[in-house]
Amino acid sequence: MKFKLLAVAAAASIAGLPLSASAQQGKLSGDVVKIGVLSDMSGLYADYGGPGAVAAARLAVQDFGGKIFGKNIEVVSADHQNKPDIAKNVTQQWFDRDGVDMTVENLNSSVALAVQALGKEKNKITIVTGAATSRLTNEDCAPATGIHYLMDTIALANVVGKAVVKDGGNSWFFLTADYAFGHSLEKDTGDVVKAAGGRVNGAVRHPLSTNDFSSFLLQAQTSGAKVVGLANAGGDTVNSIKAAAEFGITKRQNLAALLMLVTDVHAIGLNTAQGLYLTEGWYWDLNPETRAWADKYSKVMNGRKPNSNHAAVYSSTMHYLKAVQAAGTDDTAAVMKKMRETPINDMFAKGGKLREDGRMVHDMYLFQVKTPAESKATWDYYNLKGTVKGEEAFQTVAAGKCTAVKK
Amino acid sequence: MDSIFGVPIQALMGQLMLGLVNGCFYALLSLGLAVIFGMLNIVNFAHGALYMVGAFLAWMLLNLAGVNYWVALLLVPLAVGALGALIETTLLRWLQGLDHLYGLLLTFGLALIIEGIFREAYGSSGQPYDLPQVFKGAFDLGFMFLPKYRAWVVVASLVACLATWYVIEKTRLGAYLRAGTENPNLVKAFGINVPLMVTLTYAFGVGLAGLAGVMAAPIYQVSPLMGSNIIIIVFAVVVIGGMGSILGSIITGLALGLIEGLTKVFYAEISTTVVFIIMAVVLMFRPAGLFGREK
Amino acid sequence: MNRTVLAFLVLAAAGLVAPFVGYPIFLMKVLCFALFASAFNLLIGFTGLLSFGHAMFFGFAAYVCGHAAKVWGLTPELAIALGTLSAGVLGVVTGWLAVRRQGIYFAMVTLALAQMVYFICVQAPFTYAEDGIQSIPRGKLLGVVDLANDRVMYYLVFAVFMAGLLGIYRIVHSPFGQVLKSIRENEARALSLGYDVDRYKHLAFVLSASLAGLAGATKSLAFGLATLTDVSWQMSGEVVLMTLLGGMGTIFGPALGAAIVVTMQNYLSGLGSMVTIIMGVTFVVCVLLFRRGIVGEIQHRLARKG
Repeated sequence: MKFKLLAVAAAASIAGLPLSASAQQGKLSGDVVKIGVLSDMSGLYADYGGPGAVAAARLAVQDFGGKIFGKNIEVVSADHQNKPDIAKNVTQQWFDRDGVDMTVENLNSSVALAVQALGKEKNKITIVTGAATSRLTNEDCAPATGIHYLMDTIALANVVGKAVVKDGGNSWFFLTADYAFGHSLEKDTGDVVKAAGGRVNGAVRHPLSTNDFSSFLLQAQTSGAKVVGLANAGGDTVNSIKAAAEFGITKRQNLAALLMLVTDVHAIGLNTAQGLYLTEGWYWDLNPETRAWADKYSKVMNGRKPNSNHAAVYSSTMHYLKAVQAAGTDDTAAVMKKMRETPINDMFAKGGKLREDGRMVHDMYLFQVKTPAESKATWDYYNLKGTVKGEEAFQTVAAGKCTAVKK
Repeated sequence: MDSIFGVPIQALMGQLMLGLVNGCFYALLSLGLAVIFGMLNIVNFAHGALYMVGAFLAWMLLNLAGVNYWVALLLVPLAVGALGALIETTLLRWLQGLDHLYGLLLTFGLALIIEGIFREAYGSSGQPYDLPQVFKGAFDLGFMFLPKYRAWVVVASLVACLATWYVIEKTRLGAYLRAGTENPNLVKAFGINVPLMVTLTYAFGVGLAGLAGVMAAPIYQVSPLMGSNIIIIVFAVVVIGGMGSILGSIITGLALGLIEGLTKVFYAEISTTVVFIIMAVVLMFRPAGLFGREK
Repeated sequence: MNRTVLAFLVLAAAGLVAPFVGYPIFLMKVLCFALFASAFNLLIGFTGLLSFGHAMFFGFAAYVCGHAAKVWGLTPELAIALGTLSAGVLGVVTGWLAVRRQGIYFAMVTLALAQMVYFICVQAPFTYAEDGIQSIPRGKLLGVVDLANDRVMYYLVFAVFMAGLLGIYRIVHSPFGQVLKSIRENEARALSLGYDVDRYKHLAFVLSASLAGLAGATKSLAFGLATLTDVSWQMSGEVVLMTLLGGMGTIFGPALGAAIVVTMQNYLSGLGSMVTIIMGVTFVVCVLLFRRGIVGEIQHRLARKG
């Protein structure tokens, strides 16, 4: 498979300056650190991850200095078109033939499961940011090599699900994307609803990347549930919400977008999206640090602002590079150890911690989409409604199913 | 009475409505296929791709040139028809006299090229197409919301189908076309330009596909994959209806859309396969198709 | 006859050496598709039936084999056998339906039936829809030989491929094969000679389906994945292209076509949709100018000289 090779040469003709304060000579496999960014570059999730994720990774390498122990850091990328077999093929070649040391991004959930399993088999680090299935840190966990960095379906259910139920939404009908992510999200949110005393009236499954949601929404309408839960993401969520507006669903029922990012709101438009609750692990307009990074990203991405996935790619790539530097080598076990020992304190998260099961625990935020009147500029879309501490949002190791690390 | 067989009336009517709209597209597309096959003996695999081109042209006209839906409804079928004429004269003409399978293979290759070009340019997720203002909103019929636009689609496609049927079966031009396929040499001897008729027929057939594309744009999201998704179902429709019968394709298309809608209410899991199941059954008992004349 | 024997020997030698020169995973992919295309060719090249839905056998066998290996824990040879058998059964049913029509209609019916199988695979719980069956274990051949090593697995795949190709050769050069060829040349005449044409076509269909299933089952073990891609219409189209390009009706043509197409997809994958466009252009060019395919063209030239 051919892929774009972006050799990020030391733009730092900061030539001559030793990079690390301790001029430690590190041992690198293949004399280079190669990072692979695998995502959907042209399909329904392209705005979610896509070229933006590649840009974010490049920014991280650039901000790190472009070189490590005097050797180059290279970033390669590939488009898996949302097909796990293409993803597995590419990643296998990356690991076997091309000396890639770490892959990052790895949405969607089918892809993430395949890639994490491959990383476990080949002992290479795989960082999943864009995929949400909680299986990555439960039944399919890979503590030695796999990291789940951004959010998962349990956190989504705990933050958004609980918020909607508290608002009065006690009967739900799910519109579920028919793959690992959708199933996980439907199950985890259903659990939250039932635990709060609510009811799940039913669910309908739709194929990934559906364009016409009319018949599915009709089924939701006849279910009589108060809330129509959208257990899908990206283009599917955008289309569901638009179709719901077209069919007058929102006149009698409430929509709950269980996974929505600022780029989705941008695609739907505030007119239709206003008032929706959602959760993200990061937002560009939270504080001066986030705004500064968002500006840097905007400059290379045609004025578009980053979503939490892009920020997660940046943060995790930077964390990885720092760990390699601290460990003095790109050997997987040593780097993973350093990544767990060091907390994450950057523009993405404060006090973030990589757990033994691969889960990166950090705070999640509950947002509500602004009305068109409240929004002062493009991309000014969210009102912050609450912060949920990481320990509350994410499932504990003890409650999880990762047998490799449970006591 | 609030429900039939335990299914609420609202759900039933809603899904039937949606099924009817789908059926209109099946009818329009299988009509185009039937016209082309009836006249040229070519199974036009590129039909779906040209339908997609129609939708994209409408989108491009609106978003790049500010041309509204009504003008697009007129221009796009002509443009797609012109493209079809080009394809026929430069590529398909060479296949005359060869096994019909080559026609299928050639148009399959064309479909790949066309889809690939648009996927390269626009990615594989859909582009939204804004409804013209007059169609925004829905009629609140009590038992369901009927979006105004979908009602229009039903009316417009029925008109298009009936107009086509009328032209081919009842007018002199149609008679020439039908004669031209039966016995080209004899018709040529009458001084009628048969090759021109062939080109026009293909252009007309794909023009219908382009029309369907424009009408589909506001409903289905304009995506490079929309053609291949629908063409295989349309093939099944054509096998069920029997190629060569214009009226047969229209009726079969509409009926299958309705049946699909019905299954979504009663047994949603088989809604994607019900058309193929019906095809299998028809094959067992009436291999030539319900309205077909086996050639 | 001699030339064919020589070709087989050269192929065998090349195959034995290949994993030391090339990347075994890539080579296995070529071999699986080469067998798939050769199986498909049995129908189009030697019986004159264009099946536009052959992916249903390839993919369905992949799913069955994957499920058998992963969930039921069968050893690889049993899993592959089960996959092949399932494709054969599917071939019996779909072939019986499809053979009722001829020519173009046959192609359309197979396409539609394949699409039905696709949607069934989307719904069926054991296929896991978009995720596919992942992490299929290779297991131990006959309970003894560990297939985890890529080179070892390669030799198994190569053995399967050679066996399949030799099988096809035997079928084609048998009395049964002669009847098939006569059906391809002139079905009416074969019928008038008293042959039960439909039964021969059906049998050819089932054989072709089984061999395609063999390729699919082997592939699922080699790559550890069985996904919806394997039953998609694009996959059906690809195998047609491989056979057309390599040479319909030749023994080695489809394998060569498969090698070319797989290599092209591999090296051009970074170009995304350009690959689709190139495949489409190849189709158009082959149909218009190059109907004999590469091997067919070579054979034609050699025949003219001699």
